[in-house]
Amino acid sequence: MKFILPITLVVATVVLMGLGLMGYGQSRTALGIAEGSALPGLTPNPDTPDKALHNVLLELQRRNWDRAYADLSKTSGVDEQDFIERWRGMNGSLRSFSNLESFDTRPMHETSEEADYRVHLLWSTPVGPVQDVRDFHLTRVGNEWKVVWPKVTIPNVPAQVVPVNYLRWDLVTGTSGEEWGAHNIDAPHVRIISMNAVNTAEGTVIMGEAVNEDTVPAFVTVNATLVDGSGNTIDEESSFDKIDHVLLPKQVTPYRVDFPSTSLNKVKNVRMDIKATLVPASADPVIGVTNQKLETDAQGHAVLHGDLLNESGQTVNIPHVIASFYDNNGKVVWVSDGYVERALLPQGSEAFAVEIPKSVAGEVHNFHVVVNQYSLKS
Amino acid sequence: MFALVLVTAAMCEAQKTNVPAMVTAGVDTNFPTTGSGKGTFYLSGPGVALKKEVELGTDVAVNGRDLQNAGAYEAIVCADTCHTSQFYVVAAKAVKLAFLVHPSRVPVAASDAVSGVALPFDKFENMVLTPQEVDFRLTAGSTSLLARSVSAQNGVAWFRTTSGKNAGKLQVVATLHDVVSTRAVQEVASDPCNLRIKGERTPKGIEVETDPVRDCSGNVLPDGTIVTFSLTGSNGKSTIDAPIKQGIARADIPAKGPQTISVASGVVMGNELHIGGQ
Repeated sequence: MKFILPITLVVATVVLMGLGLMGYGQSRTALGIAEGSALPGLTPNPDTPDKALHNVLLELQRRNWDRAYADLSKTSGVDEQDFIERWRGMNGSLRSFSNLESFDTRPMHETSEEADYRVHLLWSTPVGPVQDVRDFHLTRVGNEWKVVWPKVTIPNVPAQVVPVNYLRWDLVTGTSGEEWGAHNIDAPHVRIISMNAVNTAEGTVIMGEAVNEDTVPAFVTVNATLVDGSGNTIDEESSFDKIDHVLLPKQVTPYRVDFPSTSLNKVKNVRMDIKATLVPASADPVIGVTNQKLETDAQGHAVLHGDLLNESGQTVNIPHVIASFYDNNGKVVWVSDGYVERALLPQGSEAFAVEIPKSVAGEVHNFHVVVNQYSLKS
Repeated sequence: MFALVLVTAAMCEAQKTNVPAMVTAGVDTNFPTTGSGKGTFYLSGPGVALKKEVELGTDVAVNGRDLQNAGAYEAIVCADTCHTSQFYVVAAKAVKLAFLVHPSRVPVAASDAVSGVALPFDKFENMVLTPQEVDFRLTAGSTSLLARSVSAQNGVAWFRTTSGKNAGKLQVVATLHDVVSTRAVQEVASDPCNLRIKGERTPKGIEVETDPVRDCSGNVLPDGTIVTFSLTGSNGKSTIDAPIKQGIARADIPAKGPQTISVASGVVMGNELHIGGQ
């Protein structure tokens, strides 16, 4: 009699574990590691496209590259090394510092033999969470479904010598024993050339453009202070990473300062402040922005697409795109930014996309893109 | 009663010192005293406190070292009671000019853009407040931009003027008697003027370059200045921020089909160019 309770508990535990490993209770929509097998090596049988895709993404999330590759269709045409490098990132790119936080799979089209899924991937990165949308094709092989991983062809850049004749500014600081007023160097002269304040669902947004009018490089920060009718400060913010901080002579950058949860209706005045300091800088790498087009993507979002072209001989590890959008009168109506997950190799190109809110998409008449860049070795 | 007043007045007279109204900094000075007998002399001023046993009725010699700092001083002579006198030490002859010129870098032909302030000081670092004629001379190369004599008011002489028309070193000299102080301002090219581009098709796309980029005074813009090329065609828009090298900005942009090319540098726009398809 005294063994009945322990035996019942053991049996119930085993049954529940079994049910869990078999994937009972999974909804149609999978969401990252919250579903499926949480134990390494134990994945549900891929007898549905959803489970097959889920298995591959889960293995990728755990960085079980061999197991993930083994779950791909043999018709994928991608070799394991390329598959791993494209997913994990390389050359010090943003992806190589990122982790797949979660994913959300949704069926787009499904027959008894083939299926297409759209996956929303949420990455945790050093620059904050990054969302990505990717489409996957799956085929049925016997009783199992397999993910077809397309082979991405990277243009082969021929071996070449890129002459390094770039321009660079260095700073020599004076000694402390200088005569007063004898050897001081003025800060670069920068100016805000446009400013626009808009009310959005997320709060007040201050945006515009700034220019370095000087002949030396400048490190620029734009600060905005919201003031109410009584002259009291409501909030104060800086442009943070929504600006190209290092401005070369005569270079123009967009800036955006966000005030989340502050309505523009409360604001009587906005005080703008631009600060510039002299910094060492290089005129290279020169990055071209080609094929820029405003389009509507599959999800109905207005998106500015384009390609970044690295014209120099050095790798740009983390390219950062900042775009200003203008209306018919040339007024800046929005500023968007986005990081490119893959490194921009010498003479190579990478695609980028930045989104525009629906509320301003109709007003956009023109746009200007600048590329900020972070390199591990300058 | 009247006799007591006279005695008291006589005692006060005995402890008086006759100080000069003004003393030059660093100069040995004698302070005559009246009365007789022993007394104590105190000197109090900026950075100085001095006490001396003196023979009343003789001069009290104060070394110039104790009178180096300009400002208000008090000389006190005490016997039974004390008598205080005040005097000022003024700066000695100016031997040094503190000269501040602003800015260190200025675009050419900018009105009222260069300013300078000169403050004369004596050898004890006292600011010389008496009116002094300071000569300012600004020269760019062999061209004189300004020669002006300014009388310092309350120890300050200043000027403000327009920058020259040629990029390069602007030498600014302030002279006071035989004291000369020199500063340099870097005159740099201003905004581009008449920005023009030309372009041609290449097998890869379009090669576009500017004419030598100059400001309205004819100065070539410094290397590293950013010029933005924009191409608009059927495939969308392409832009590139190219730095000027040896006076010319150049870019190779992959582009197919007819293109409209525009150029800008800072807030200055250039000409537009139309290049047909291949």
